[in-house]
Amino acid sequence: MISFQPDFCEIALPEEGHYSIEDYGSSKARWCSGCGAHTILHSVQKLCEDEQLPPEKTVFVSGIGCSSRFPHYMKTYGFHGLHGRALPVASGVKFRRPDLNVFVITGDGDCCSIGAGHWVHGIRYNMKMVVLLFDNSIYGLTKKQTSPTSPLGTHSNTHPRGSVIPPINPIQSTLGFANVSFVAQTIDWKPAHLNATLKKAFDHPGLAFVRIVQRCPIWMRDTYEPTVKDPNALTLLDHEDGIVLDEKAKSTFRHIEQHDPSNLLKAREMAELVKETTPIGLFYQNKNAVRYDEYGAHNLGISVEERIGAINTLMDRYAI
Amino acid sequence: MISNPASQPSETNRFERTKIKEAVIEIVSDSGEGAQKCGQSLGAISAKMGNGVWTVEIIPAEIQPPARSKAGASGIRVRMGSNKITNMGDHADLVVALNEQVLYGRIDQNAYKPGTYLLIENKWATHTEETAIAYKESIEHFKELGYNIFEIPMEKECLKHVSDAKKGKNMWVLGLLCNLYDRDLEIAANQVKYIFRKKDEKIIQSNLELLYAGYEYANDNFPMHFTIPSKLSEEDYVVMNGNEAISLGVMAAGIEVCSMYPITPATSATHAMAETIESAGGIIHQAEDEIAAIGFAVGASYAGKTAVTITSGPGIALKTEFIGLAIMAEIPLVIIDVQRGGPSTGLPTKVEQGDLLAVLYGAPGDAPKVVLAPSTIEECFHFVILARKLAESFRTPVFVLTDANLATGVQPFPRPKIKAEWFPEPLDQSPWKEGVKVYDWDKHTGISKRPIPGQKGGMYTLTGLAHDEDSHVAYDPAINQRAVESRSRKLAALRETLKPPTIHGDEEGDLLLVGWGSTRGAIEEAAERAKEKGAKVSSIHLRFLSPMEPGLKNIFDKFKKVMTVEINYSDTVGNPLITVENRRYSQLAWYLRAQTLTDIDCLSNVYGQPMSPIQILQRLEKELNLTLID
Repeated sequence: MISFQPDFCEIALPEEGHYSIEDYGSSKARWCSGCGAHTILHSVQKLCEDEQLPPEKTVFVSGIGCSSRFPHYMKTYGFHGLHGRALPVASGVKFRRPDLNVFVITGDGDCCSIGAGHWVHGIRYNMKMVVLLFDNSIYGLTKKQTSPTSPLGTHSNTHPRGSVIPPINPIQSTLGFANVSFVAQTIDWKPAHLNATLKKAFDHPGLAFVRIVQRCPIWMRDTYEPTVKDPNALTLLDHEDGIVLDEKAKSTFRHIEQHDPSNLLKAREMAELVKETTPIGLFYQNKNAVRYDEYGAHNLGISVEERIGAINTLMDRYAI
Repeated sequence: MISNPASQPSETNRFERTKIKEAVIEIVSDSGEGAQKCGQSLGAISAKMGNGVWTVEIIPAEIQPPARSKAGASGIRVRMGSNKITNMGDHADLVVALNEQVLYGRIDQNAYKPGTYLLIENKWATHTEETAIAYKESIEHFKELGYNIFEIPMEKECLKHVSDAKKGKNMWVLGLLCNLYDRDLEIAANQVKYIFRKKDEKIIQSNLELLYAGYEYANDNFPMHFTIPSKLSEEDYVVMNGNEAISLGVMAAGIEVCSMYPITPATSATHAMAETIESAGGIIHQAEDEIAAIGFAVGASYAGKTAVTITSGPGIALKTEFIGLAIMAEIPLVIIDVQRGGPSTGLPTKVEQGDLLAVLYGAPGDAPKVVLAPSTIEECFHFVILARKLAESFRTPVFVLTDANLATGVQPFPRPKIKAEWFPEPLDQSPWKEGVKVYDWDKHTGISKRPIPGQKGGMYTLTGLAHDEDSHVAYDPAINQRAVESRSRKLAALRETLKPPTIHGDEEGDLLLVGWGSTRGAIEEAAERAKEKGAKVSSIHLRFLSPMEPGLKNIFDKFKKVMTVEINYSDTVGNPLITVENRRYSQLAWYLRAQTLTDIDCLSNVYGQPMSPIQILQRLEKELNLTLID
């Protein structure tokens, strides 16, 4: 009998509990055809596969809006909650569950308008999670109302003669919030950059805020088509500590700027570029920012005896 | 080494003391003069002596309201007696006032009666000309009101012992009151030491000196000295206010996340647990707003951690959308509402039971809620534990409604023995049973078991949208009907486990009083006093408001008239435009009328004050055409 030496065997057998990309997919996504969310969904599922995230240990929390349907299309745990409130829920999930991988899916109305207060504080809490802002600059599900990121003059059903207030720049805003630790921008139509950004965000020890410029072919075709088609519309922020692309992917960009993501002041300056072009890449990263989820986990696992003891000590103060 | 320890007064019992069953004492002052500390100490000393005690704080809305003003009255009422005390009582027997102006706010609230002893700081008589005139006019006015006035050089006496009388006058007053009411001086001294335990020895000694000096002063300068017999119980007792009881309840319920946003009068519950909760396995999260506070708690609970959020009326208004989500998606959660006066910002520091209907119905669509209302300080503790159990068993939010009266009222009660079974079991991370749906609504009870993130095979997406048993978004008419029915059925299932309320008094009669929450003591005392005068009055007190305790209709049918007693608004028939037809009822009355088809009347007001027995007796006199008040 020939003994079989596994060391010589070159065939990679699927390990017990290996997850394929299909293991993360749930029902067929019901976004409009051509919507940027489809590519993001695929990219996120790919990240889950690459990282081999156990589906039962992964939670997608969303608010309300087109993008917030996202958790329904993942075969993980999901929380499709209230408009604007994904961050408080996700923070509550993560606070005392360090074992869970938490993702937040939010939109421009969800994050930058109705949930803006939570945006400021969610960033400040800096719990380890990935926050994906699907920014299509319009309210889609409610059928074309001006969003806080709609370019000035956007024609919508609430502003048929064009919006009258300049939009919020979510990157610049986020870079102004206390304890910010990771801010990146990417686009839905360049998978290589999207994938690399998601991977970088997932590896970040804190809250990774990623704004994804997302196409809405139904309501915002005129806004996105030029950006998608014009090779001059994008500027790649390049740095060895940033989102690293291979040479082939890099060669598709006409404008490349060097930007050191440890430089917060420069990051804020870069965020201003949005007036002429769309800068994509890692604006800022600080791996040492204070993390509130670490505080949340600091006293896990106290025994019931200890807990009763502490309460009785306090009760003694009231004893007569 | 203590160089100069304060020495106790030597002679203490050279006069006859009048034996009394109880006394109501108030201390009122400008904010920051320590009146509350003085009264709380008197309450604690009396409780330690075995007396029944109830204290109520008198709190201005501002931290530093103008000095010597009617609106700035800050202080405390202490009612103590030989037996158990359950409410603030009627009129004060004795009031210590550190200036005359603050008394006016209390006089407006009918806090005193002819014959009430008024012990007043007399330094104002020789203050600025303007103040002296105001003081003298007030003293004249108080005489006309029939108060028994003692003008006392409090500041002058204190200055014999300390350089700044503002600090410490309260301890001098405490000493004085300890003598007038025969309080045990050693217990009092220990209480003073306890209050200043974090200060250095010099401060402790100077406060003890003031305590003894006040005690000494009362030996010679008053004709009245009382004693309130008491019996020390064998059982261990604790003495605390309702918010402190809530805070201990939160920890004893094994709560792992207490998520809140500062709001009066709820926040002191969080203060009371802040130092201990982390050793007790929990953490307080102070959120960025009321909405985030409940959102965070909902997220934590979804992830399998026991969670509570504590707020007051305006916070409930903001949390309403999340409350609806928690009911829709069946997320266990304890929501504590320490009610205050409303609507809007209302009366932040005052008492009202105005949130009942908002809590019951304050969400779009059909959102069946479990609502409990503790009626004593002791119940504030136990109901949090009960609420957590119910929240998990029935997979739904559970409300605990208290109010500013319970929150700040202090009462002794038997010390609870913390049980290991009150704490949550370790997080269930065992694989989800194959084939079991996320909302496997039981046909009879509506109850289903929930998967918790980390459980293999239990993955689902929770949603606030209409959903089927798999938590899939579903707009199918039959599915929605079934889902709404199932959530409602849980209330019926819980109701099956409840007992009818106990009737306080006879099972039949002329009038039944129905109350909920903090009014219990006042209602039961009024009913007892009325009964002593021959009135056929009984009372019941509801602690489950949703689902309702069973058997109410049967109880109501045995009385000629049923009337709720509540601290919230109702129209008075006979006022302009108000008729029997258009009258708006108080909240429990409205709800009970709908639930039992009984013609239920109500006694209610929004003075922002705890209900006193005499207010109830006055109404009973009219209803029953009897003289019930001496």
